[in-house]
Amino acid sequence: MLKTEELQINIGPQHPSTHGVFRMLVTVDGETIIDLKPVFGYLHRNHEQIAEQNTYLQNMPYTDRLDYFNSMANNQAYAMAVEKLVGIEVPERAEYIRVLMVELTRILNHAGALGFLINDMGMWQTQLAFGMREREKILDLFESASGARLMCNYFRFGGVARDLPPDFMPRLKDLLRAMPAFVDEMERLLRDNEILMQRAEGIGILPPDLALAYSVTGPVLRGSGIAYDVRKAEPYSIYDRFDFDVPIGTVGDVYDRFLVRVEEMRQSKRIIEQVLEQLPDAQGGHINPKARQNVRPPVGDVYARIESPKGELGFYLVSDGSTKPYRYKIRAPSFINLTPLGDMCRGYKVADVVVILGSIDIVMGEVDR
Amino acid sequence: MTRLDAAALRERMQNDLPDALVEPAPLKVKAAHGAKTTGFVTDDTLIAPEHLIAAALYLRDTLGYAYLSDIAVVDYIADDLFELGYRFYHVEGGPALVLKIRVPRDTPEVPALTPVWPGANFHEREAFDLYGIIFTDHPFLRRIYLWDEFEGFPMRKDFPKQGDKYIGEDE
Repeated sequence: MLKTEELQINIGPQHPSTHGVFRMLVTVDGETIIDLKPVFGYLHRNHEQIAEQNTYLQNMPYTDRLDYFNSMANNQAYAMAVEKLVGIEVPERAEYIRVLMVELTRILNHAGALGFLINDMGMWQTQLAFGMREREKILDLFESASGARLMCNYFRFGGVARDLPPDFMPRLKDLLRAMPAFVDEMERLLRDNEILMQRAEGIGILPPDLALAYSVTGPVLRGSGIAYDVRKAEPYSIYDRFDFDVPIGTVGDVYDRFLVRVEEMRQSKRIIEQVLEQLPDAQGGHINPKARQNVRPPVGDVYARIESPKGELGFYLVSDGSTKPYRYKIRAPSFINLTPLGDMCRGYKVADVVVILGSIDIVMGEVDR
Repeated sequence: MTRLDAAALRERMQNDLPDALVEPAPLKVKAAHGAKTTGFVTDDTLIAPEHLIAAALYLRDTLGYAYLSDIAVVDYIADDLFELGYRFYHVEGGPALVLKIRVPRDTPEVPALTPVWPGANFHEREAFDLYGIIFTDHPFLRRIYLWDEFEGFPMRKDFPKQGDKYIGEDE
């Protein structure tokens, strides 16, 4: 028996597979991971402190910069928190537009995330280019509605900034028509590839009891077989009107998390189709005309959460009766989903670490805040 | 799905954990821009810090609220205390149950939940980093965002918001 020695190495902070400036302090024995500690904060800007010095509306564009893939979802969580605090009603049509935008966001996030995941497995750029191609189409829609591709800043207290442009619906229908083929293609790219399957199946297993104890949310939790989705568990906005399923995995490995994301794209498409049916009959305009944007909420605290594409995104606000929040706390899904990374990687090989990290799907703008 | 609300939780805890409950005193939130200052009384369940672990495990093991969503610290400087809000959810859905504890600002010591509830790890490290809350018995209580040599806790209300003592030190 050859004597082995443990060795500590750094993966990152500057590494193409860490999805941003992120460091993993890894203890290895040969190729096997003994221990892994995530180290981050390289992008820390004390978002919460800055937000406490802004007025409530000034923070709306600032939430875009949290998870810069899903600015619409961040906007919705923040708008919901302020509306709950002040007591602003949202018209029906505005709610439909919001759901439409957030479900499109979910599709584009997963298209990108799956692309990056397979990129990390070594299928360099092919699937990423496919995902980005579809993402680009959705970003064009966002641009036509909000004026910006990424930092949309589209939501306002009591609705959205402006109504959908006339050519939005025909373009959206074209996109939906092409979508099933794209999602199938995405799924086949992994499933029909023997080499990629070996990198995904049985890797990074997170058992359900551990997933729950570690407070992970989103596709990571559902991949482990727990059907917890905020849209079903505590329906917000108008999600109780739609018929959709919550896909879950069986083992909790990288492959399950991949499949959950693929299926969620199909379910999001189902929700969007129902939105298209119901939107023409919706009451009200795109924004509540009585809603003031320069809000001055009564003294109190509030927590609002949504199912963002990465998990539970929540905003905790405390108001002291002034125009600026006294406390502004974000419950960021990517940040908390990193908690079990050490346990998920233990016992696997160094090459698996980047794949496991890719399957959690993090964005450093949200982790570091 | 009918789930417990804050009043029902207090009633249950009155029976099972009577020592833990504390009557919440109104907080003086200081309005910065001329708004009237009013007392803020929380609706959530306030408990004594030393009973935190027992109460959290009671929520998890007896009531089934097994998902710890969030730990939020608020600095109520006018009352000279920190308030920590722990947010628990049931996996089958429904609204949250919140446990709140209050600790004095000069000795912010709280028993760590991480040894029994690993999901609290990053929440507690964040609270330590930004507010300086000392979680006793935490296995790895280190700064999570800022570098280890950083002095002070930037989310505290009395942390200076202008100026940077690091600028000009090298010259």
